Amino acid sequence: MNSAVMKFMYTQNKAHRYCLTPPSYKTCPQFSHSLTTNFLQIYVISRKMERSCSAPAFEKDDLNLRLGLPGRDESEQPSSSCAKTNKRSSSEMDTSPHNNQSAAPPPKAQVVGWPPVRSYRKNALQAQKQPESEGSGMFVKVSMDGAPYLRKIDLKFYNNYLDLLKALEGMFKCTIGVYSEREGYNGSEFAPTYEDKDGDWMLAGDVPWEMFITSCKRLRIMKASEAKGLGGCL
Amino acid sequence: MNPSSESEMDPEPKKAEDLPSNSENSHGPVHPQSPFPDEVLEKVLSFVDSHKDRSSISLVRKDWYNAERWTRSKLFIGNCYAVSPEIVARRFRRIKSVTLKGKPRFSDFNMLPLDWGANVHSWLVMFAKVYPFLEELRLKRMTITDEGLELLAKSFPGFKALSLSSCDGFTENGLKAIASHCRHLTELNIQDSITEEVGGGWLSCFPENFASLEILNFSSLNGDVNFDDLERLVSRCKLLRVLKVNESITLDQLQRLLVHAPRLTELGTGSFQQELTPRQYEEIETAFCNCRNLQVLSGLWEATSLYLPLLYGACASLTFLNLSDAPLQSGEFAKLLAYCPNLRCLWVIDTVEDKGLEAVGSSCPLLEELRVYPADPYDRHHRDGVTELGFLAVSRGCPKLHYVLYFCRRMTNAAVVTIVQNCPDFTHFRLCIMTPGQPDYLTNDPMDEAFGAVVKTCMKIKRLSVSGLLTDRTFEYIGKYAKDLETLSVAFAGSSDWGMQCIMEGCPKLRKLEIRDCPFGDAALLSGREKYEMMRSLWMSTCSVTMKGCRLLAREFPRLNVEVIREEGGDEDQAHKVYVYRSVAGPRRDAPPFVLTV
Repeated sequence: MNSAVMKFMYTQNKAHRYCLTPPSYKTCPQFSHSLTTNFLQIYVISRKMERSCSAPAFEKDDLNLRLGLPGRDESEQPSSSCAKTNKRSSSEMDTSPHNNQSAAPPPKAQVVGWPPVRSYRKNALQAQKQPESEGSGMFVKVSMDGAPYLRKIDLKFYNNYLDLLKALEGMFKCTIGVYSEREGYNGSEFAPTYEDKDGDWMLAGDVPWEMFITSCKRLRIMKASEAKGLGGCL
Repeated sequence: MNPSSESEMDPEPKKAEDLPSNSENSHGPVHPQSPFPDEVLEKVLSFVDSHKDRSSISLVRKDWYNAERWTRSKLFIGNCYAVSPEIVARRFRRIKSVTLKGKPRFSDFNMLPLDWGANVHSWLVMFAKVYPFLEELRLKRMTITDEGLELLAKSFPGFKALSLSSCDGFTENGLKAIASHCRHLTELNIQDSITEEVGGGWLSCFPENFASLEILNFSSLNGDVNFDDLERLVSRCKLLRVLKVNESITLDQLQRLLVHAPRLTELGTGSFQQELTPRQYEEIETAFCNCRNLQVLSGLWEATSLYLPLLYGACASLTFLNLSDAPLQSGEFAKLLAYCPNLRCLWVIDTVEDKGLEAVGSSCPLLEELRVYPADPYDRHHRDGVTELGFLAVSRGCPKLHYVLYFCRRMTNAAVVTIVQNCPDFTHFRLCIMTPGQPDYLTNDPMDEAFGAVVKTCMKIKRLSVSGLLTDRTFEYIGKYAKDLETLSVAFAGSSDWGMQCIMEGCPKLRKLEIRDCPFGDAALLSGREKYEMMRSLWMSTCSVTMKGCRLLAREFPRLNVEVIREEGGDEDQAHKVYVYRSVAGPRRDAPPFVLTV
């Protein structure tokens, strides 16, 4: 299990530089905050599960989880949304105790009334008019081959396939590539598939977006080699 | 008597006599005889509209005070608790138009319980008795119930204009009363109002012969309206110039409305996404092209690149484009902007990103106001939004920019310094770096120098909202340089009481100060005690103020209302939320149990 975790971390996304030790933001400034968090989450889970195994090549102080325990609300931490570039620099991680200039106390996650946006406005952006779901989100599970745990996303938040795929790429640190009607996602490492209302597994991208989000029950990011032969709606 | 630069009501009204003044009967100190008979003075004053000017006039001498009160027809009350309906009724006798504002601004962000107050009912009862010729009522952040709306509808035969901004408390039943009884209604304008499912049945209650409407805005009300009734209403109101519908109206329905009202100057569309036949598409396109007078455009829910081109023909004379309900991408946004050369005011969502703002810089040379709202304020979906680069791009291309509201996740001091050099005419600078206490992302310094640059460079700055990591230095700058500042909003900033003290000792024109989550305590609160009577209000929440400090303030200044809301289950001594405002009406009688007037 442990080696599978490490393999997962190594083989995904060459755009990010990894190191085994959870870095402090001072030593590896390019390391995105969310990757650190994800890494730590995975690390702690794997450590808990592998007590009896031979000790991995982690050093003792790496258990000093400065940046946050796993299971913490991800919304608290800034992170990059796509695999392209790490747009957020690590100096944004000023909620850590290393920032000794901060006079105001570090903020809790989602403070009441902050940021100062009106509630009607906030709701307008999240709720796209869908006949089936009334106001609440359209959350579906997303699994990825090789990943130890699933994620959940709100389909209503995205306007089109491009936004959705960008978000998935960022969430799972993978490249999904470009859709083509003939070839599907051939040429890229992963392909997004979904289970529709009838229980069939379909390739994402064939049907119009509106139709997709009303029929999608769950998502699965498959290895492209396994997705060959998924003929969409043909 | 406090000669304040802005006084909606004089804090100390002179004893008003009930008869028009006559200098021979005056009981005051002897003044030289006024060269003008009262009738002349009153005639001259009837041309003075601005409530600030009128306030100044009323302070000159007693007969001027009386002449002014007899000729005032428009009432502006910036804080409904600063004065009471009774006092107003005694002073003014011929009022046709009333503007009333209620809750503190932070109530927009859920920082006040719903039943805090600002119910307009007692005012309506007084108006019904004393101002039967009332024509206009404009409310902001007040509660108005269905009973209130019914009272309004039935008490004023000449009633013309109702405007509700950020109001609550009503349902469609109240609106039904307005529609049914206000025969001469020219304006029904409901914006930003937080309502539960209101229902749309009210629209069908306008009588068949009712045709006087000029302004109709129900864009923020949910609930489907009967489209046929709406279409008939629009077709018979020939003077209609402002029409803002809600999301329930579809594109092809909109087309039919536009056919009836091509002379609209302001349009708020409904939902902007619909499966259209080519013929429908063409018809809608033509309808938009025929709207040659359009200056203001809003709505556009769910607009995508497929449908935006429908608008192109209507944008030539557009001065205000409100895309705050339409999350667009940079490409489609830039294409739309190319058709709007005359834009002066633009509201967008940060999905357009820096690239979109670059397009603003290159396409909108006349731009004066820009607001960029966050698509993802709670950072749930990790969208990047806009950065300092977008703001810089706009400042380079839009030298006339004087109003900005900018939500972002990162900013630098250097960028802001450059921005205000490019645009030195800022009057309103509201920068919201969304992570509290965040420093300059490149240098890790506090953002003090950014706001220092704003107040040093922008001599005319009237409104400022600060954010990011800020020390007391920011407030030193503001206190020293922002001589025209009237409104200041502060959150998660400052290092000590000294910061707030700098503000209270500087900023001579300060009227509204709202502070949250700052390390300011009793000393800071009390440093401003001489100033609060000259201000409309002070809000401080989650700071370090205690009940003791509040009591000291209240005791020394009886003309201030010091209201405290304590935290549930919190320390008894901590004043969790403090609201201080001047008032000639004494402590308010409708305070709910959780509001303590100290």
